[in-house]
Amino acid sequence: MGEASLNIVIGGEAGQGLVTVGEFLSRALVRAGYAIVVTQDYLSRIRGGHNTYAIRVDSREVTAPAEGIDLLVALSAQTLPLLRDRLSPRALVLTDAAHGLSGHPGLAIPYKELCPKPLFENTAALGALGSLLCLDPAWITGLIKEKFAKKGEAIVADNLAVFQAATHWTISQKASFACLSPAEPRGRRVMLNGNTAIALGGLAAGVNFGSFYPMTPGTSVMQALIDHSDRMGVVCEQAEDEIAAVIMAIGASYAGARPMVSTSGGGFALMVEGVSLSGMLETPVTIVVAQRPGPATGLPTRTEQADLDLVLHAGHGEFPRAIFAPGTVEQCFHLAHRAVDTAERFQSPVFILTDQFLADSYRDVAPFDLASLPPVARPLTAVADPAGYERYAVTDSGVSPRLVPGFTEATVVLDSDEHTPDGHITEDLAVRVTMQEKRMRKFAGLTRVALPPNLYGNADGATLLVCWGTTLGAAREAAAIRNARGEKTAVLHFSQIYPLVPDAFVPILETAKRTVMVEGNFAGQLARLIRRETGYVFDALVTRFDGLPFTAAYILDRL
Amino acid sequence: MVTEKDYGEFETAWCPGCGNFSIRKAVVKALAALDLPPHKVVFSTGIGQAAKAPHYIRVNTLNGLHGRSLPAATGIKLANPELAVFAESGDGCSYGEGGNHFLAALRRNVDMTYIVHDNQIYGLTKGQASPTTMTGQKTKTQPHGVASAPFNPVAVAVTMGAGFVARGFAGEIDHLADLIVQAARHPGFSLIDVLQPCVSFNKVNTFAWYKERCYKLGGDHDSTNFQAALAKAMEFGDKIPIGVLWTSDRPAFPLTDVGPLAGREPDMAALSQIIEGYA
Ligand SMILES: Cc1ncc(C[n+]2csc(CCOP(=O)(O)OP(=O)(O)O)c2C)c(N)n1
Ligand code: SF4
Repeated sequence: MGEASLNIVIGGEAGQGLVTVGEFLSRALVRAGYAIVVTQDYLSRIRGGHNTYAIRVDSREVTAPAEGIDLLVALSAQTLPLLRDRLSPRALVLTDAAHGLSGHPGLAIPYKELCPKPLFENTAALGALGSLLCLDPAWITGLIKEKFAKKGEAIVADNLAVFQAATHWTISQKASFACLSPAEPRGRRVMLNGNTAIALGGLAAGVNFGSFYPMTPGTSVMQALIDHSDRMGVVCEQAEDEIAAVIMAIGASYAGARPMVSTSGGGFALMVEGVSLSGMLETPVTIVVAQRPGPATGLPTRTEQADLDLVLHAGHGEFPRAIFAPGTVEQCFHLAHRAVDTAERFQSPVFILTDQFLADSYRDVAPFDLASLPPVARPLTAVADPAGYERYAVTDSGVSPRLVPGFTEATVVLDSDEHTPDGHITEDLAVRVTMQEKRMRKFAGLTRVALPPNLYGNADGATLLVCWGTTLGAAREAAAIRNARGEKTAVLHFSQIYPLVPDAFVPILETAKRTVMVEGNFAGQLARLIRRETGYVFDALVTRFDGLPFTAAYILDRL
Repeated sequence: MVTEKDYGEFETAWCPGCGNFSIRKAVVKALAALDLPPHKVVFSTGIGQAAKAPHYIRVNTLNGLHGRSLPAATGIKLANPELAVFAESGDGCSYGEGGNHFLAALRRNVDMTYIVHDNQIYGLTKGQASPTTMTGQKTKTQPHGVASAPFNPVAVAVTMGAGFVARGFAGEIDHLADLIVQAARHPGFSLIDVLQPCVSFNKVNTFAWYKERCYKLGGDHDSTNFQAALAKAMEFGDKIPIGVLWTSDRPAFPLTDVGPLAGREPDMAALSQIIEGYA
């Protein structure tokens, strides 16, 4: 027997290596077949402060972070006083013997005795953790061998020795902590966070150009692209600012590249003119906006879902767009692929709205089936009649044949001013009307292919939790807990925010006994959008804007 | 063989007598001399009277936003190194709204040619001061005279060690065409700041004003000598040198060596291995 589910939190100062311990342990757990949800809570500083790395591990499936802490690894003296209120009744604390346990059940690890150098304390912590969880040591020793191989055999051997010493010491303490029960078989898994999955989805869709200006938590999408750029043939450039980043991507797109840019709200505020340009030039661009709390620079390293209104309205004038909002790491991959294709197909700006929580949240996922991905639309490199080619030819769908310059005798002319079908500047108002109607016709096509929200459970006569993007996991868990108590609850999750297809969800809302919108912002931005588009008014609103992600407990407390 | 005719004839929206016409002539002359067919040439422009230029030349064109000709041009060149990329705009667009991009372009050194129509005024918005308007010059929006110092684009470019820096004059078409040819052949970022009268809004820096002051740099100017280049770049007053001020063999920004990104298929086998690597 053992615990099926545990919440392990590693706390410490930035620079103490808590991310190293967290990533090693998460990876070992995933390799051993467990399901995980990682939440990273950090401050906007490189050293000091107090950060946490939380791993919720389960032998079956897990969708959201938890609040209670079952196993706390306190790397700094501050950790225990800061987090003691969240310790669960079964909690055990692992701390440095030098800091002490202050009466809490746990183990005071004699790091000084176990480690020849402070550098190895992380390995000692892993030894203690692995032993308490009854994890086969091979999962962690295998990782130590892999990760330290580059540093030389001596380093590997030293780390293995520390790991063993810590393991033996922990066993000798006979600590009464239930092991993890064996993982249920669930096939091969890989460990990815949301932003990496977005980058991989982009790569699968043929993204071959990335431009960015660094801003947490958007940067890691570009970092993942850059990590694989040599192998995948991606041109990546750090621009001088966000305006340059998005306009560079539009230029590259015009010349035939398939671009992705990523940023956070503050950076996106600068990109807005590029969004409008993409709408007018009808040049595809996929923009990832990883939200963090605003206004202005807000809380740089925390999470929020408050940039929906900005992304929805970004850009002056009227033009079609699509907005995706993944709720899981799998959706990050698949919606990124879909976003790139949607941008290419409709020659419009397309957005992926994620947030710090999902960006940094590692999950275990089945390796993506690349062979089953649908084909991605591509521009033309040849046309039948180069001399008669018109970039903005008026069509029923509003989508014109997009030719890449340089491949034929045709010249391809784009203009940010209103333009004639052949791309030249015009002040002819009749042409203006024709062109605006042509562009806006793409909206019908975008609506036709828009993803309806997903219903989890049966809404009929139930409390229906409605959410979007990264709140999915917590809402599903809250619903499961209520259903177990006999309170009928279902979840409706929007993974595409725009365009909305009212027929696909208003009837569902109407069958529910009570509808509750759950959103990570103050105002209830999706609730307002739905009201504007359909007239539907939600019965209640649960919001969160303290910088932390939703948990099931948070939602349940407010229903 | 490409001729000037290949670049077409168009009706323009420029004021009669504007310096833009001569710059257009010089550009077309240069493109023909470079033997570049129109479909291999891309012009990226910002907003303003000058920025309309590629609408009056048959070339691939991205006439984008105010100040943003350079980032778009950069994206184009990175996506398809086989295209001959030009950026063109006014001094307000290039050095005001686009100032940060100008500095970044000097540092990045992507192979392209930047032609700036420097009329020392905002034309399209009807005569406000631009970054190159001289101190003290009165305009409707600067009724007490411009208080700021004028921006010196060529001096900045020289001090940044740009690849190729020249000053041209709209009144010297053949000379300007030759500067454009040299700039286009230079592998890296090339700036040509072109003095251009705005007959409608700049009553100070008129055609006669420039004509009186501009003189061509002779064979005695060593464009690889930094001190000499900087001295010439700083010369702007009673005498204004035109010609190639500075050249350097600074390496250009590396471009993909496998051709255009258009139509390149992702290597799904490699991607699959990458994904497996996250176990
Ligand atoms: C974002 C933005 N701000 C302001 C304008 C208005 N505007 C149009 S052209 C221009 C200045 C053009 O001056 P310059 O670049 O010197 O070109 P010229 O017209 O003199 O050739 C301005 C401010 C604009 N179109 N976009
Ligand atoms: S306003 Fe000035 S720059 Fe513009 S076209 Fe007229 S003369 Fe030329």
